[in-house]
Amino acid sequence: MDAIARGTDAAGEANASPRIAYRHRLPTRIWHWVNAITLLVMLMSGLMIFNAHPHLYWGQYGANFDHPWLSFKGRPIPGWATIPSYYSLAGARRWHLAFAWLLVIGLIAFLITSLINRHVQRDLAPTPSELSPAHIWHDVKEHARLRFPAGDAALHFNILQKLSYVGVIFLALPLMILTGLTMSPAMDAAWPWLPIIFDGRQSARSIHFIVAALLVLFILVHLAMVVLAGPINEIRSMITGRYRVPPDRGEA
Amino acid sequence: MISRRNFVVGGASGLLLGGCDKLDQSPAFKGILRSADSLAEGSQRLLGRNALAPQYTDADLSPIFRSNGTAMPDTTEYAQHLANNFADWRLAVDGLVTHPLSVPLATIRSLPYRTQITRHDCVEGWSAIGKWHGVQLSRFLDAAGLSTRAKYIVFHCADRFGSTPYYESIDLVDAFHPQTILAWGMNNHLLPVQNGAPLRLRVERQLGYKQAKYVQRIEAVESLAGIGGGKGGYWEDSSDYAWYAGI
Repeated sequence: MDAIARGTDAAGEANASPRIAYRHRLPTRIWHWVNAITLLVMLMSGLMIFNAHPHLYWGQYGANFDHPWLSFKGRPIPGWATIPSYYSLAGARRWHLAFAWLLVIGLIAFLITSLINRHVQRDLAPTPSELSPAHIWHDVKEHARLRFPAGDAALHFNILQKLSYVGVIFLALPLMILTGLTMSPAMDAAWPWLPIIFDGRQSARSIHFIVAALLVLFILVHLAMVVLAGPINEIRSMITGRYRVPPDRGEA
Repeated sequence: MISRRNFVVGGASGLLLGGCDKLDQSPAFKGILRSADSLAEGSQRLLGRNALAPQYTDADLSPIFRSNGTAMPDTTEYAQHLANNFADWRLAVDGLVTHPLSVPLATIRSLPYRTQITRHDCVEGWSAIGKWHGVQLSRFLDAAGLSTRAKYIVFHCADRFGSTPYYESIDLVDAFHPQTILAWGMNNHLLPVQNGAPLRLRVERQLGYKQAKYVQRIEAVESLAGIGGGKGGYWEDSSDYAWYAGI
């Protein structure tokens, strides 16, 4: 919804053909699809790595004789959800640690681009009035009734979108990267503050798993919203940038 | 009946998974993913070439330190050494060195040593914190006089996987790192058998499979090509683990 351009159609043709708006700029679209692939690979290879020791602990240490807060028997994640589908810790680590670079480089490039072109300040940052409980509650109710914004309102993120995107971009993804780095013994030597801020390598591993689950939840809701809001129009707008604006009440 | 939607979704995920498995086995694609290993190694060396691994206190020690790999080497030679309290155990230092050494265990235990409480991270994901007492590897390498051609230090071990004795290797940055020690003691006692008695490597900025146990011989080499399958370690050769295990 950055670089929102007015529809090119003349007003007189409004009834004949829908208004098309340019909704997503190229960096956003590229990052979106790189992430779609990267996050899927990270998730599925991560689940294979989890299979190697499906127990989670809090603190600096944690192994079989210690008390886990979450524990499974055997290899709990089925092959259809892992990369590779057969058991291979070495293979999964290869995928995970290679695609992690795409995630990190993509996030940094997106942040730099979006701060410079003011996408973050203009489109993502919530305004004080949007953050009022009344406004948020209103949006929650609208979403619950599946009444999505139409007309010009559909060209801006609503507050629930803003909060989820800001949460993913500025909280979840950085947390995934930092907790991931904390699991690296050489990173803990180079950056000793890493295991300190997360209160231990095993805590970092637990947070890594929890935030991954939250990201899965985000993706599921995101996909559901795309389906409910009109998948073809939504997906096209993320490929070409162009979005058919749903007619406003009175516009239709 | 399979709905069109299920067919599409099932087909797509089947293709995806099948595709990933094929890619996982393709040497070319593996090579691309592998390049991330060198990237990790390069970046970590750039960020902290001589950085020290975090050290902990007695209060942080794991109540039970889980052993990894072999818990009891199954050869008769080792059984004899164990029965004999390792009185005849010697450490050989050879390969690309000026003065090959054969150091009795008693001598090693009498050398100046350091004590460090560090975290052991297994590639599987678990961690254990232990206190190690041992002699810096650099002392042995300096005493033997490394050739300028030497690039790697290989550790030959007394435990076997099938018929293959365990082996591992590190580069000279890690070999001369102050926390890289040949430990003969753990948690204020002599090293237990399950943790690598009588002598094991601690290379604190890498994962568990690099921590060679039951070390009998260290060899300085120019290339890893002639060691085992050529990838520098038992798990690297047998299961394709990364040689650089700092991450």
